Amino acid sequence: MNDRDHDHDHPHEPIAGDQGSVAARARALEELLVEKGVVQREDVRRNVDWLVSRSPADGARLVARAWVDPGFRERLLEDARAAALDLGLDPGPSPVVVAVENTEQVHHMVVCTLCSCYPRALLGPPPAWYKSLPYRSRAVSDPRGVLEEFGLELGEGVVELRVLDSTADIRYLVVPRRPDGTDDLGEEELAALVTRDSMIGVAEPLAPASAIV
Amino acid sequence: MSFRVGDRVRVADRVHAGHHRTPSYVKGRSGRIERVHGPFANPETRAYGSDGLPEQVLYQVAFDLEPARTYVDVFEHWLEEER
Repeated sequence: MNDRDHDHDHPHEPIAGDQGSVAARARALEELLVEKGVVQREDVRRNVDWLVSRSPADGARLVARAWVDPGFRERLLEDARAAALDLGLDPGPSPVVVAVENTEQVHHMVVCTLCSCYPRALLGPPPAWYKSLPYRSRAVSDPRGVLEEFGLELGEGVVELRVLDSTADIRYLVVPRRPDGTDDLGEEELAALVTRDSMIGVAEPLAPASAIV
Repeated sequence: MSFRVGDRVRVADRVHAGHHRTPSYVKGRSGRIERVHGPFANPETRAYGSDGLPEQVLYQVAFDLEPARTYVDVFEHWLEEER
């Protein structure tokens, strides 16, 4: 069915549907692909192991380094894949990783409207909401409304909201703004403030503990 | 036809029955080349077991949509020069 002739004036089960049947279908597909020799069971296991071993901590290290080192920041924005390799991180199979920087004037947020493309190597598996149909459609049709629901109020100085739709081979990572009151923090402490959601662009980094007092 | 950063382009408004990575909401729309990502295997043939060759150049195109400026990665064979 073409997505253009699929009207939503009829009721049906949520697209995410019955997880049990999805799991059963995935198992059946895996069986078939192994049987036909398209994939090896060992490859499937290795890929799953790799994916679940990834975490947003790697992305956070990139951001924190960029906050403290202007030369690295420049390198990250120029070629995020090379910058990740510089820190000894695994940038993943995507040949091009693009980092975009939030500023006082510009805010970026990332979506994959067609499926769930995501910088998994640097951020780990995507959250369920990132793969959900409401986020995927509304990030484009009503991005400000989505950010509001995430509790993110764009600063008054933000004159431009940019939505990045990762439709193809490129993976996008948002470099959020360094929070105020963090001048005395070291790189490791800064990295602890950089959340997954802030690198997707739907949240700001955490405030430093001293700012909460 | 290859494009450079700053070029005005229009996304072809065509129906493609198989797997493709051009979202409907930009088909027929005009935009501006923002980045040239370089050549990549063509997902439209790779999805069906081929090697995806010849590669197609992938561009990041900026569209001024109503709610917000939106950046979409679009393959060259979906783009037309805007006159």
